[in-house]
Amino acid sequence: MTAYDLLLAPFADYGFMRRALVACLCLGLGSGPIGVFLMLRRMSLVGDAMSHAVLPGAAIGYLIAGSLSLTAMGLGGLVAGLSVALLSGMVSRATSLQEDASFASFYLSSLALGVLIVSLRGSNIDLLHVLFGTILAIDASALYEIGAISTATLATLAIIYRPLVAECFDPGFLRAIGGRGPIYHFIFLLLVVLNLVASFLALGTLMAVGLMMLPAAIAQLWSPSLPSMMAIAAASATASGYLGLIASYHLELASGPTIIMTAALLYAISIFLAPSGLARRYLPRPHLKG
Amino acid sequence: MSAVAIELENLTVAYQRHPAVHHVSGTIAAGSLTAIAGPNGAGKSSLLKAIIGELRPSSGMIRHRLKSTDFGYLPQAADINRRFPISVLDTVLLGAWRQSGALGHIASAEWQKAHDALEAVRLGGFERRGIGSLSAGQFQRVLFARLLLQDASVILLDEPFTAIDGRTTRDLLDIVAHWHGEGRTVLAVLHDFAQVRAHFPQTLLLARDVIGWGATADVMSEANLRKARAMAERWDESAGICEPAR
Repeated sequence: MTAYDLLLAPFADYGFMRRALVACLCLGLGSGPIGVFLMLRRMSLVGDAMSHAVLPGAAIGYLIAGSLSLTAMGLGGLVAGLSVALLSGMVSRATSLQEDASFASFYLSSLALGVLIVSLRGSNIDLLHVLFGTILAIDASALYEIGAISTATLATLAIIYRPLVAECFDPGFLRAIGGRGPIYHFIFLLLVVLNLVASFLALGTLMAVGLMMLPAAIAQLWSPSLPSMMAIAAASATASGYLGLIASYHLELASGPTIIMTAALLYAISIFLAPSGLARRYLPRPHLKG
Repeated sequence: MSAVAIELENLTVAYQRHPAVHHVSGTIAAGSLTAIAGPNGAGKSSLLKAIIGELRPSSGMIRHRLKSTDFGYLPQAADINRRFPISVLDTVLLGAWRQSGALGHIASAEWQKAHDALEAVRLGGFERRGIGSLSAGQFQRVLFARLLLQDASVILLDEPFTAIDGRTTRDLLDIVAHWHGEGRTVLAVLHDFAQVRAHFPQTLLLARDVIGWGATADVMSEANLRKARAMAERWDESAGICEPAR
């Protein structure tokens, strides 16, 4: 097997592999940086919860459209995800429940409702598609929408970068100078939900958050500064997409899980080799003079 | 004294109806340098938060003609995420918010001011360092540099010298004196009475109620300090409703 056969032929020979690759590259570029901000805001698990919360809306969209249409499912998912985020925020402010507890209650209810709605009308195959994604079945119009979401994500992050960093790093300062932190927090949540909806079709509701959080964790292991963390996260997410697709093609594995496993493998390697990883701890270098 | 910067009129700030700041009336003159002293739980931080608008008064009024960007506020260090991957220079440049706004670009003059501010707090050369690698004292210097850049007319400092060594405290006190010299209004919550006597011409001695407010030498008398200690940290579950004073 030549390098061409190994690395390029799958994409040269099959249109569905090309589309899957472009989808992965787009998802990685948008989701990686979003994951970094989620992690820095200590909202890693919120992203996970949110990806489940998207389900009932997506399921209703799917029932109305009658097919796996990204537009219908995306709109439904967007509404569902944002309502869960806002409602759980309101509940935790109005009661003694902490934000994580109210979030957990809402997303579990939401996930159960979503699975119920899908099983009500769809087949088990549909349920499998919703839970695990169909990256090899992405068509051109879905690809446009995923591309649009990634573009909008990167452009919005670039525009609101300063207030978003201030809101994560020193919310008190932003309040004191009248910086309207909650608006940027809301825009950020909107981006999270949009990216989850995009990942949803490709990777399914259970692993949609995989291309956000694993690359973010990898980035934090390798870099101490925010801009390079976002670049590393985007690079490792896209690399996982490419390598995962190749592995799944040659080894005849399911694509979605293989992509996330590839990211997990990169994460495992990073744990050992990265500057703040295990290797440095157990193989200490001599300290400097000053 | 010159014009009034901030006027407090019968101000009460309460948590679950229990007052933390109780019937405080008085004026803070523009250009004055005032220490807010008192025991723990005396309502010093709550008073600052009420002035910048973070806490809503339960009753009474705070009057001033200032915009939120006219205030420079240094909260207690615990409010800040010290592990955030941001550089020293970027932290200081947040102080240019009034010029740059949330989304605008930062003019080259502001970059120069940020470098000058870091020189002024003796952190020249630290621009590219991450804040995670700084000591507590160095980080406090960074926050002072950000305040320098903010160019605020009223500066509120909440326990700025807690857990800070003597050398750093002296350097930062020099900056406070410099601000006073430039005619800015400075209010600082402090614990160290010796520091208050040595560096602050005006003092508000607070123990929920005002014990004394005026020239430091008059306010910081033994009798007043005893009174402040006696009133500290009283939380009466069965307290009745406070009748309007006067």
